[in-house]
Amino acid sequence: MEAVLALGIGVFTAAGVWLILRPRTFQVIIGLSLISYAVNLFIYAAGRLKVDAPPLVGTVNPDPALFDDPLPQALVLTAIVISFAMTALLLVVLLASRGLTGTDHVDGDEGE
Amino acid sequence: MSAGWTDHLIVAPIVLPLAAAALTLFLDERQRRLKASVALLTVLALLFVSTLLLQGAASSGFAGEPATTAYHLGNWPAPFGIVLVIDWLSALMLVLTSGLGLTTLVYSLAYWDRAGPRFHTLFLLQLMGLNGAFLTGDLFNLFVFFEVLLAASYGLLLHGSGVQRVQAGLHYVSINVATSLLFLIGVALIYGVTGTLNMADLAIRIPAVAGSDLPLLQSGMAILGTAFLLKAGMWPLGLWLPRSYAAAAPPVAALFAILSKVGVYAVLRVYLLLGGEGGWAANFGDEWLLYGGMATIAFGTVGILASRTLMRVAGYSVIISSGTLLAAIGAGQGAVLGGVLFYLVSSTVGICAFYLLIELIERNEADAALKVEPVFEDEYTGSLETGEEDETGVVIPATLAILGGGFVFCVLVISGLPPLSGFVAKFAIIHGLLGLRSEIDWPVWALISLIILSGLATIIATTRAGIDLIWTPSEQPQPLHLAEAVPVGVLLAACLGLAIFAGPTMRYMERTGQSLGDRQGYVQKVLIEGPADKHARSR
Repeated sequence: MEAVLALGIGVFTAAGVWLILRPRTFQVIIGLSLISYAVNLFIYAAGRLKVDAPPLVGTVNPDPALFDDPLPQALVLTAIVISFAMTALLLVVLLASRGLTGTDHVDGDEGE
Repeated sequence: MSAGWTDHLIVAPIVLPLAAAALTLFLDERQRRLKASVALLTVLALLFVSTLLLQGAASSGFAGEPATTAYHLGNWPAPFGIVLVIDWLSALMLVLTSGLGLTTLVYSLAYWDRAGPRFHTLFLLQLMGLNGAFLTGDLFNLFVFFEVLLAASYGLLLHGSGVQRVQAGLHYVSINVATSLLFLIGVALIYGVTGTLNMADLAIRIPAVAGSDLPLLQSGMAILGTAFLLKAGMWPLGLWLPRSYAAAAPPVAALFAILSKVGVYAVLRVYLLLGGEGGWAANFGDEWLLYGGMATIAFGTVGILASRTLMRVAGYSVIISSGTLLAAIGAGQGAVLGGVLFYLVSSTVGICAFYLLIELIERNEADAALKVEPVFEDEYTGSLETGEEDETGVVIPATLAILGGGFVFCVLVISGLPPLSGFVAKFAIIHGLLGLRSEIDWPVWALISLIILSGLATIIATTRAGIDLIWTPSEQPQPLHLAEAVPVGVLLAACLGLAIFAGPTMRYMERTGQSLGDRQGYVQKVLIEGPADKHARSR
């Protein structure tokens, strides 16, 4: 489980970093989205991995070792919403830039 | 529960602009005057509330106990619920934000709020994000408010559209989205090690972290710091700043003058609060701040000499200002904070006034006719043909004399020449640095010479541009509107006031600096005197 998660975060981050260094605006956006997925998984991992453990502490058995940490899940939800909104906004700016400059290069001209 | 309502005043700087922004969304773009009045009233109320909060903080006396007040949202106890904290520094930043907000809003009413849709809404949301970032007492909410202020700033930067703005906006948005991801990684690492994100709780837990967790926590703090420093524009993370700010509409750029100070604020808050008294955490990151800040000043100095437009000059003075603040924080390890905070206020106000003035001065040359297609169907595009005198049409005579005077005034503040507040601030920083230790190390000497050199470079660059723009006779200077001249005048008067009342202001700043070092008091007020306590007292 740990290995799969770590590999997932690593692959997402590596692909994302490679993509945001590319010259095309669309690649940059996809790169940022991939990194945001990696970061979301990473926050999730910060709450320790547990399989089949409920995230809420009941009154019957308040031993925290038996439960999953609910806070990172709440944080991840917020982070997902925010990065989703930012990606949408970035897409609009991308289209505006494409329309105004006629190219999808990040600097607005091909630069030979 | 008789005098209870003043306790709830702390939420007003966040709730008020949020509600007003929502309200302005319901109004049609054609009801511009109504929207403008809603925004204006809100910002006036904000200024009033933050002045009250500042008075509340100052009323506890300069010698007395910490003026920190925690507001527990929903009455949940501190490490579990969301907490807003007001203390000397937060109150100061709130007043600064609403002051700049008011002046830039009045300025924009003359023309710029018509240059694109939804200006007032974005403007109010920007203020909400700034206020929230200054008030919040935990790291994740700091992230959320950063995102609010960034999202609003994306909209404001693009306000008015045009190729240059969209290009700069694309870079600005990409860089800041990437920074937010770094912020999240830092927050996740800190949470993973300490199990909390409440700043007061962190201040207790961080000194106790040891063993294999330590490198994890330190890298978390370093990544978080990188995100803050990128906002503050530290070299080499600040390369995007002059270009983006130069592309923004002038009132927007003027408001952005405080945006880079949010990064400095976050560094101050987090590092001084979490720094801890002993062990590894004390003085963690000081060298980075010192050398990074010095590199930033050097970069800004070179950049300001190389700039050919006044917008760029202003952008690099933002960088110099950030660099001076960061280096002085790093060098003093929290000891010269009085001067640092004085400089923060003075340079922010000065740069804000400078951005507003630039537009007025350069207006003769620019052709402002940006013809854009409407994006929303109710968008009011007719206003883009300016020249018609409308409700703000009180035109002042002797335009060039006023502009020239204001320009000289501004340059004095930014470069730190006597007799204005910039000089007092730089003097206080240098005095503080010299008084640190009996033996002064070479980095401190280097920093002092860099601070003085950067002032010299600012004078050279601005004089060059000033001669070019003000002394060259133009046939017919454009008329100056009252709504544009008054905000600049008010900002410059504020700088003058800072210099005249330097004594009491400096005492306030010194006290603020002390309160930042007082972790015990902060933790006591936020964590220990919880809502349950308050409840018991009110019964």
